[in-house]
Amino acid sequence: MTQPYDVIIIGGGVVGCMIARTLSAYQLRLLLIEKEADIGMGASSANSAIVHAGYDPVPGSLKAKMNVAANPMWDNLAGELNFPFDRRGDYVVAVTADELQGLELLLEQGRKNGVPGMHLISAEEMRHREPNINPNVTGALWAPTGGLCDTFAVTVAAAENAVQNGCQVLLETAFESFLMEGSQIIGVHTNRGDFRARWVVNAAGLNADFVMHQAGVRPEFKITPRRGEYCVLDQAEISIHNVLFPVPSCGSKGILVTATLHGNTIIGPNAELLDREDHATTRAGLEEVTQGALKLVPSINLRHVIATFAGLRARGNARCETPGVNYDSDFIIEIPKEVRGLVNLGGIDSPGLTAAPAIARRVVELMEDAGEKFIQKRDYEPIRPPRPRFRHLSRAEQTALIQNDPRYARVVCRCELVTEGEIIAEIHAPIPARTYDAIKRRTWTGTGRCLGSFDMPRVVDILAREMGVSPLEITKKGSGSEFLYRTTKEVEAHHGA
Amino acid sequence: MALKEKYDVIIIGAGPGGLAAAISAKQNGAEDILIIERDLELGGILLQCIHNGFGVEIFKQDLPGPSYAQRFINEALSLGVDTLLDTMVLDISPDRRVFATNKTRGVIDVQARAIVLAMGCRERTRAQVRLPGTRPAGVYTAGTAQRWVNVEGYMPGKRYVILGSGDIGMIMARRLTFEGAKVERVLEVMPYLTGLMRNYVQCLLDFDIPLQLSHTVHRILGDKRVEAIESVQVDERWNPIKGTEEVIPCDTLLLSVGLIPENELSRKAGVIIDPLTGGPYVDDGFQTNVPGVFAAGNVVHVYDLVDWVTEAGFAAGKSAAKFALTLRARENRLIPLRADENVRYVVPHELNKDSLQEGNVRLQMRVKTPIEKPVWVEVRSGNLLVTRRAEPYARPGEMVTINLTPKEYDEVDRASELRIAIVPR
Ligand SMILES: Cc1cc2nc3c(=O)[nH]c(=O)nc-3n(C[C@H](O)[C@H](O)[C@H](O)COP(=O)(O)OP(=O)(O)OC[C@H]3O[C@@H](n4cnc5c(N)ncnc54)[C@H](O)[C@@H]3O)c2cc1C
Ligand SMILES: Cc1cc2nc3c(=O)[nH]c(=O)nc-3n(C[C@H](O)[C@H](O)[C@H](O)COP(=O)(O)OP(=O)(O)OC[C@H]3O[C@@H](n4cnc5c(N)ncnc54)[C@H](O)[C@@H]3O)c2cc1C
Repeated sequence: MTQPYDVIIIGGGVVGCMIARTLSAYQLRLLLIEKEADIGMGASSANSAIVHAGYDPVPGSLKAKMNVAANPMWDNLAGELNFPFDRRGDYVVAVTADELQGLELLLEQGRKNGVPGMHLISAEEMRHREPNINPNVTGALWAPTGGLCDTFAVTVAAAENAVQNGCQVLLETAFESFLMEGSQIIGVHTNRGDFRARWVVNAAGLNADFVMHQAGVRPEFKITPRRGEYCVLDQAEISIHNVLFPVPSCGSKGILVTATLHGNTIIGPNAELLDREDHATTRAGLEEVTQGALKLVPSINLRHVIATFAGLRARGNARCETPGVNYDSDFIIEIPKEVRGLVNLGGIDSPGLTAAPAIARRVVELMEDAGEKFIQKRDYEPIRPPRPRFRHLSRAEQTALIQNDPRYARVVCRCELVTEGEIIAEIHAPIPARTYDAIKRRTWTGTGRCLGSFDMPRVVDILAREMGVSPLEITKKGSGSEFLYRTTKEVEAHHGA
Repeated sequence: MALKEKYDVIIIGAGPGGLAAAISAKQNGAEDILIIERDLELGGILLQCIHNGFGVEIFKQDLPGPSYAQRFINEALSLGVDTLLDTMVLDISPDRRVFATNKTRGVIDVQARAIVLAMGCRERTRAQVRLPGTRPAGVYTAGTAQRWVNVEGYMPGKRYVILGSGDIGMIMARRLTFEGAKVERVLEVMPYLTGLMRNYVQCLLDFDIPLQLSHTVHRILGDKRVEAIESVQVDERWNPIKGTEEVIPCDTLLLSVGLIPENELSRKAGVIIDPLTGGPYVDDGFQTNVPGVFAAGNVVHVYDLVDWVTEAGFAAGKSAAKFALTLRARENRLIPLRADENVRYVVPHELNKDSLQEGNVRLQMRVKTPIEKPVWVEVRSGNLLVTRRAEPYARPGEMVTINLTPKEYDEVDRASELRIAIVPR
């Protein structure tokens, strides 16, 4: 067995990675384990990518507190970690006279939560600010502190910065049970052996209930996956610059039409409770998403859909602990009394992405309260250096980059303009991208109009070459998802001869 | 090969369309011709089409794709056409500058007198036919699978379902069967075959591969790798008919659901696209709305036979050559008018020598600094004085002019540039 860690984090989503990054500033031996072949394959890579202003959660809930505390942290975070972030503001748009009342309620709620700068704008002003908006718009709520990020880039950047500062990351390593001495947790048992630690953080997203149950904590807590489906629209055909929410109906923020930092417009998500994990998109779901989006932007044309995807929200059933607040799917962020050595999170659905940096801060505070001494590392490096993105460079910069490394001159993904140099850099990055989807999420290879039919054989080749394995071993998203099955007869005959 | 600064015709894409354009441009008098191709070899999509069925119209011979291409590659190279391989064109400007990158040359920036767009087409994907379900490995376009099997020598799976009765799908069904794989079924959403009848007979019937018309894929099953697809029958309006769902176990779904002309570059150059064809609007010489920018082959509309692509390439190459030669002729007659001693600028900036055969050309200029005594306004070609005119003084506030007249034609005709100066008498 390896030497003991101070803290083991279960789950490499945005929450686990942000916690790892925050803890890596201190003199702690850290390990993050993730069951999948890459970090961020759960909810953290399939969401709306919105840094919420904070008018939506129920006042007094932990969700509201974390959201509003986290929102102002994002500018600094984006600066240090070098991921794309744009505080563009967002709109809730009313399209009937009745809905105007909904705007007033949200404004009131936002003020209670402490969201700055919100105000109502007229229908005319809204039409002016977003010319594609439904002409029947009756008014809108403007929240200037809303923002957009590249959600996957955030997760990778946080994890890489943690690795830079000494955190270890093990992929394809699944938590199975706790190692306990009496009521003291002393480590975790995984499919890849046992790892000891003084603290274990439960950041397992959809499996957070399973993890806490293994420690005997909150046996009544249950996560119900709540699926949200999306369509991605071709940026050559339509481009909405704003973040547009409908007036929410019961319990869901509704189907939105939003810009992404990548330039594509996305529409979605719907909200459907499932009895098991199912990431499939459905005809009915995509239909619902379309109808919802047309309410806000009638000119959306389904012919321009280039991709669809679904994300699962980890909907919990934890009651809000603030007295007098009647809300029963709040975040759990706690150090439970039943066991020692567990930092327990659960039910981190929306606005979990937004809240992640505040959740990480909160974890440190809770551990301090429990007696942990945090000593800052002397050589802590908060800056995670960016890697070049060919498509964002000027011609002069492109030329300089190529002169330095000619692999940046070979374009592998024609739609999104991704070069071989960028892909190779990701394969050898601090968190190595070793699957096709890992490359895709980091570089946007294969996310354009042709959905990878051009680049796929090329990326498989590059991965095989850089990893020194046969293309037959290259996977889309980890073992069991190999692209290729065998060589052709001709090739076999040739090798036999 | 040293790149020239300026080419008569630059062709983007080295498929049959581009190769034919290069050959015919050369045969029609264009001198400097460059083909830019992003792949490692010339030939385009034909290189992965190792089946027969090419050249029946032009050569009256049934050739495999690579052999068909090779004939045109040989001809183009023997005519001295320049080629840049492994080079991606990133941008074309409306004034016909072409920007590209490759590993050995970095960022390339060349000027063309005429451009032929010959980028071919790309395949439609699962999103465009709106296929819901999971996103496992094992869903490929037929062309991607074709590249893997025919060019790289890998089999993407064991048991296949093919969606779409397009030619590529049917041809792949046969190819995979040859390789010992099982093709369970071909599904076609339309009530009729969308590819060629001869491919249906030779690729499906002969191998007992069932084709189901008015059927489509309802969902894809499997998390990491395709495990099955659910098929469904559809009505005339393509709505699934309840109760006709069927789960077909397979590990690979190939999509052969159509091709779309590849015009991202064309749009950047300001070329207007016909929403019906997906390609540029062209005139009978295959010129687009942007003067000097031509288009040929699948980039214009999707062809079923390569022979017609070649024919279109010949026509486009000929028009491109004509355009380039007209420009070149004008360029040769055009000389710069340069501001020399004490002249700030001269308008016009260039002179077409032939204008002097038709009458006077008036040059207008501003002086740099005042000369308060008599001056000469001189036009020189090298040391030779072409003409001059006397003025009592020269002041920046007052425009100075001088006429070139038909009398000076002979001197001007020999000049490579003219210099205009204002000097004290
Ligand atoms: C449709 C949708 C839209 C959303 N929109 C927004 C939005 O716009 N703004 C916003 O702020 N939030 C949004 N959210 C919420 C946000 O995405 C999530 O709250 C956030 O991503 C949760 O991060 P996480 O790290 O807790 O979970 P995850 O990203 O799911 O990460 C959990 C990780 O734990 C791993 N894991 C699980 N079990 C084990 C185990 N046994 N061993 C090891 N590893 C394990 C998983 O593989 C996974 O990688 C949205 C969510 C969805 C689904
Ligand atoms: C799979 C398949 C099977 C077919 N089978 C038959 C058949 O049996 N019989 C028949 O007659 N016809 C067949 N056809 C049709 C015929 O092959 C095509 O119509 C023909 O090849 C199209 O030629 P093209 O020159 O327009 O395009 P392509 O051959 O596609 O050539 C386009 C070239 O442009 C290059 N390019 C694109 N963008 C750029 C860029 N930005 N920079 C640099 N280079 C670029 C591409 O790499 C490519 O090499 C088939 C087509 C396909 C796809």
